[in-house]
Amino acid sequence: MLEDKKVVILGDRDGVPGPAIEECVKTAGAEVVFSTTECFV
Amino acid sequence: MDLENQKRVKELSEKYGPENIVVILGGAEAEASGLAAETVTNGDPTFAGPLAGVPLGLRVHHIVDQEIKDDVDPDVYEEQVGMMEMVLPVEEIIGEVREYRERFCKFLN
Repeated sequence: MLEDKKVVILGDRDGVPGPAIEECVKTAGAEVVFSTTECFV
Repeated sequence: MDLENQKRVKELSEKYGPENIVVILGGAEAEASGLAAETVTNGDPTFAGPLAGVPLGLRVHHIVDQEIKDDVDPDVYEEQVGMMEMVLPVEEIIGEVREYRERFCKFLN
């Protein structure tokens, strides 16, 4: 499903941060075009 | 959802085409994840940001969704997400994000 897709990552400092999601989706053949880690505090 | 991030999502959708984009969330709780999912599908419900009244209809998942998990190398997933998966309210998050995806996503196939 993720193969060849452009992925936008909205991570969460208190949940799963952007860089961790990046590592995951790269293994699925997706291209990360934006990654951030939001902070809701 | 952060106003600057709304702007980036809108720009990227215009640049690459909304049908080519998948948004992946890492939110710690169901309500915030649902709000982000609503924003990238049906537009900003608070009418505060660049996506107010802009229903992009993007495909959106949380990183703990089974469909995403199935696509990722299991060792990497375990290393990067395994710990948080144990403490997050996974079923609630999945349900909330699924609701908005199924209602408003225009690119489910």
